[in-house]
Amino acid sequence: MHKKTIAELAQGLKDKEFSSVEITQHYLDRIKRSDLNAFITVTDELAMSQAQAADEKIAAGSANILTGIPYAHKDIFCTQGVKTSAGSKMLDNFISPYDATVSHQLNQADTVMLGKANMDEFAMGSSNENSFYGAVKNPWNADKIPGGSSGGSAAAVAGGLSCFATGTDTGGSIRQPASLCGITGLKPTYGRVSRYGMIAYASSLDQAGPMTKTAQDAAIVLNVMAGFDEKDSTSAEQAVPDYTANLNDSIKGLTIGLPKEFFSEGLDDEVATQVMNAVKEFEAMGAIVKEISLPNSAYAIPTYYIVAPCECSSNLSRLDGVRYGYRCDNPKNLEDLYLRSRSEAFGAEVKRRIMIGAYALSAGYYDAYYLKAQKTRHLISEDFKKAFGEVDVIMGPVSPTTAFDLGSVKDPVSMYLADIYTLSANLAGLPGMSIPAGFSDKLPVGLQLIGNYWSESKLLNIAHQFQQQTDWHQQMPQED
Amino acid sequence: MSLSEQQVTQIAYLARLSLSAAELQDNTKDLNAILGLAEQLGTINTDGIEPMAHPLHMTQRLRADVVSEHDQSDLFQSIAPKTGNKHYLVPTVIE
Repeated sequence: MHKKTIAELAQGLKDKEFSSVEITQHYLDRIKRSDLNAFITVTDELAMSQAQAADEKIAAGSANILTGIPYAHKDIFCTQGVKTSAGSKMLDNFISPYDATVSHQLNQADTVMLGKANMDEFAMGSSNENSFYGAVKNPWNADKIPGGSSGGSAAAVAGGLSCFATGTDTGGSIRQPASLCGITGLKPTYGRVSRYGMIAYASSLDQAGPMTKTAQDAAIVLNVMAGFDEKDSTSAEQAVPDYTANLNDSIKGLTIGLPKEFFSEGLDDEVATQVMNAVKEFEAMGAIVKEISLPNSAYAIPTYYIVAPCECSSNLSRLDGVRYGYRCDNPKNLEDLYLRSRSEAFGAEVKRRIMIGAYALSAGYYDAYYLKAQKTRHLISEDFKKAFGEVDVIMGPVSPTTAFDLGSVKDPVSMYLADIYTLSANLAGLPGMSIPAGFSDKLPVGLQLIGNYWSESKLLNIAHQFQQQTDWHQQMPQED
Repeated sequence: MSLSEQQVTQIAYLARLSLSAAELQDNTKDLNAILGLAEQLGTINTDGIEPMAHPLHMTQRLRADVVSEHDQSDLFQSIAPKTGNKHYLVPTVIE
């Protein structure tokens, strides 16, 4: 049952092969037996009651395609009455009094929430080792990282612990774990999915999206998640198409751009081979491949690691132990309360980024760091604008290597290099995808697709066509 | 440039964080490495380039100046560490 896609489960539910209660119980049993640490909170009772309600809707003939489908919800989305920790000790006691818009949309679609997925603290990380609740393990090899920050979501889907999951992507946090766990992950255009109730890390970069087994499933989930939200001032007033409508369009004549900067030094040879094999598959389907250049992409890492920490230092200033979240014991005075609550509750990576942000925004350094980074961001964005004048889609690797060993990367700068191919799309606000494209030493390799603004339909069509010709997305880790 | 431990202590204080001696040493090394990375930006010519604060170059949407929320202070205060008389209680600031 856990190998089935959303589309297959929906058909089975419609044909009365099984009930949502049975599917949900199956997943809950698997979660209980799992040692991947993919969940922070498992919502057994809520899931069973949602499954029962879904079965009633199915029996009454008022079901939609997601009715009764179980999913893992990244613990960054506020869920009314259910703990929302963002992977942090700071919010370990936080029971949200309201639902994020994405949570509300998924509830309205009659989905079943199995629980809240583990994640790097406040979405800061590329390995999912920065969670207060411990590292998540990669289902393909328990000694390896699953990728971050949506590592719990990716591991849940890849490990057969949920049918699909939600994720968020600030610098690659949907695409990179999707790639390292061998699933499909879509980061939509900035502004496509509401950020209301999604705990903010870097507000001009964060975007939520689906993590699924297939592109078809991603289209089904995005149909529910996408749309204008007046509660989110960064939400775009842009019509939402039916993302499942064009999945079967031919991609003959599609022009694929391969940025030469994405295939330079630092890319693992076997990852490069798998990515190029996938590109050849597209050529066989009638696509035309063209080398392009994104000359400023080399500056994506320094740009991101100034812009994102600046925004995070501002966003996380609200966490001060006064209105909600962690408060230190017996503070001597107000200053002691702020200092100790924040110091005791934030993890090392979060503190590091807050301090970088505080420094880069401080008087005398603002122009040299923040303003300079925002100008470079513009140059990176212009590179894409030029490239999309010549090609329909950009392809390349998601990550320079396959999943690395847990605990093997110690210094932050080396860790930041894991995001080298994903950051540019966030800085420009473009949609991006990762789809399974092969294996290297028994670990999954992802292919990255980057599209022009609002081209999610096109990306899903391209990915779906690839998945009609290949079976990488159907591979699942062997179980004991 | 390179940050000293004294400067890192000051930055931590500005961010309302306190660091142990070991944390101070580690953070001084890490912050200098990250700022070293950021120094690559100094090699790019950005003369005349507009800073990009928003990926879609959108302006902030304004809403009508009308009350749209009802009072939920009891609900919101139910998750606070300490409250009293509809206020958030914090330690004494002035003795």
